[in-house]
Amino acid sequence: MSDKREITIKAFRFNAETDYLPYYKKYTMEVGKDELILDLLNRLKWEHDGSFSYRRSCRHGICGACGIKVNGKATLACKQNALELVELFGEELVFEPQSKKRAVKDMIIDKGDFWEKHAAIKPYVETKVDPNPESESTMSQEQVENLLDADYCIQCGSCHYACPVVEVNEDYFGPAAFAAAYRFSADPRDEAAKERLEATSKMGPGVWDCVKCYECAEACPKDVNPIEKIAKLHNMQFEQGVAKRNVATKHAEGFIRSIKKFGYLDEQDIVLYSEGLGVVKHLSEAFKMIKAGKVHPFDVMKKKMPRSKNLDEIQKLIEISQTNELK
Amino acid sequence: MSNLKYALYTGCTARESTPELLSSTMAVAKKLGIELILLDEASCCGASHLQDFDDFLSLVLNARNICYAEKLGLDMITICNTCQLNSAMTKERLDSDPELKARVNEKLAEVGLEYKGTSRVRHFQYALIEDYGLENIAAKVEVPLSHFNIAPFYGCHNIRPSELHHEVNGGENPYVPTSLDDLIAALEGNSVDYESKNKCCGFHVDLQAPETSNALSGTALLDAIDNNADLMVTPCPLCQLNMDLKQDSAGKQLGRDIELPVLHLPQMIALALGCSKEEIGLKYNVTKATELA
Repeated sequence: MSDKREITIKAFRFNAETDYLPYYKKYTMEVGKDELILDLLNRLKWEHDGSFSYRRSCRHGICGACGIKVNGKATLACKQNALELVELFGEELVFEPQSKKRAVKDMIIDKGDFWEKHAAIKPYVETKVDPNPESESTMSQEQVENLLDADYCIQCGSCHYACPVVEVNEDYFGPAAFAAAYRFSADPRDEAAKERLEATSKMGPGVWDCVKCYECAEACPKDVNPIEKIAKLHNMQFEQGVAKRNVATKHAEGFIRSIKKFGYLDEQDIVLYSEGLGVVKHLSEAFKMIKAGKVHPFDVMKKKMPRSKNLDEIQKLIEISQTNELK
Repeated sequence: MSNLKYALYTGCTARESTPELLSSTMAVAKKLGIELILLDEASCCGASHLQDFDDFLSLVLNARNICYAEKLGLDMITICNTCQLNSAMTKERLDSDPELKARVNEKLAEVGLEYKGTSRVRHFQYALIEDYGLENIAAKVEVPLSHFNIAPFYGCHNIRPSELHHEVNGGENPYVPTSLDDLIAALEGNSVDYESKNKCCGFHVDLQAPETSNALSGTALLDAIDNNADLMVTPCPLCQLNMDLKQDSAGKQLGRDIELPVLHLPQMIALALGCSKEEIGLKYNVTKATELA
């Protein structure tokens, strides 16, 4: 019995120099059980159409060049078995570049935005070194573990172009840059942590614009788990006193106000407290909620608010476990 | 199917701005003979915002919630994807890190509690499918949903990160989720296939980046509408709130009118099981949905 399966590849084709619009072209081929997506890209070019273009280099998951999307899934072509994706998506695989709007030729994109943002967070240890040190600079096991595998990033762009915020907010640093910001800020030799924390705390480009969708964690072929590092950067802003009082930091800290009083989140209070005077922009939605009977605007005494049983336990736990503060 | 009994962690939304989520959940459970014990001692899960401010405190509070399910000797059921994420992530981190678990238990001991790790934490959606079974649900349908095209909106925190969830969500693949489609089919509805079904609604940045939130929710709603959806259904009340409430502002930003009823998953099931109008609570939906019942 043959292990081979006949599949169709529907490939995104586009040449920015000659095409007004991209188009898709279908190719059929037999695929064996050990073939990688990179093998299919090679065969597309070598056996079907020599003009088909894509990036490749190392072939073993370390250079980060061959990232594409297959049926919308971020894929590092040289690490991904092809038939596994056939199992998942069926016998038509759709090959697309990581970002269609940044396409230059077929699978090749202009990755300039990625590199620019990555460079902007200083992805290196910044320190004044003694050119003639007495001994080597060592790190403890614990310090290395605290890097949380963030140094496994190969800058392939899988997470960056899987991130829905990158897609709609061109200022946003993106998950790979944040993972690098964490990696170097957590390095005990580094002296630029505060600078990175300030840069990544800004509204618009910074971590507060993360939607928490976990697409980056899912997309990473090296298990870097960028969103875990984003959460770390959030906490570090408070730990190191970098966080400024704004709608996002107050939103995060404001949960404690409610939980202390009720155990539950006071949904009205959190908006009022976080927004301050900015709350006026929510008026039309507030009216809609009032009309539908979802909120009770005249419940000044908070009689309609639910209250957790054994609230004293919750208050005590906050008192003895809270570690961070918003100054 | 009988003797199914769970500890229900409602989260905040079901007790505040989406009372229809709680009433329809209880109605579905009653119809199916599932016993739900409310965890009235539980607190807010932190909604992944408290986690950004104080990671350790949010672990302690979530562990405390799970303690109360453990004390009852029951599995914990959630009805909000974000509650599910934060509860499950707490459980995963404590169960895999004895040192962290000890640090959390040191705090819990001060109020006479101990986190053991004995209760599973699952979303109601997956408990229904895994324990009660789609065929048994189908057998209880009184009002088939065959006249509706229903767009399933899965919500991030039930399907991603897949490694965290795969043991409690039937191994759902985040790129090709099927459970809601299967559930819609069991209720005899027509599930709508559309690209945005596993995407993010943007709820978590609604205060600080409303343009991002509107772009994401609006794109998903329009995708469903363009694929002939009559309504959308979601297991997450945060997705539901964002997509139900913000249709005008999302439409304005994207330059198209958006009007699509967005139901909570238990509301849809309650409709098909013939629960009462009060229990289904469609009057609480902002985008008009009362005509569906």
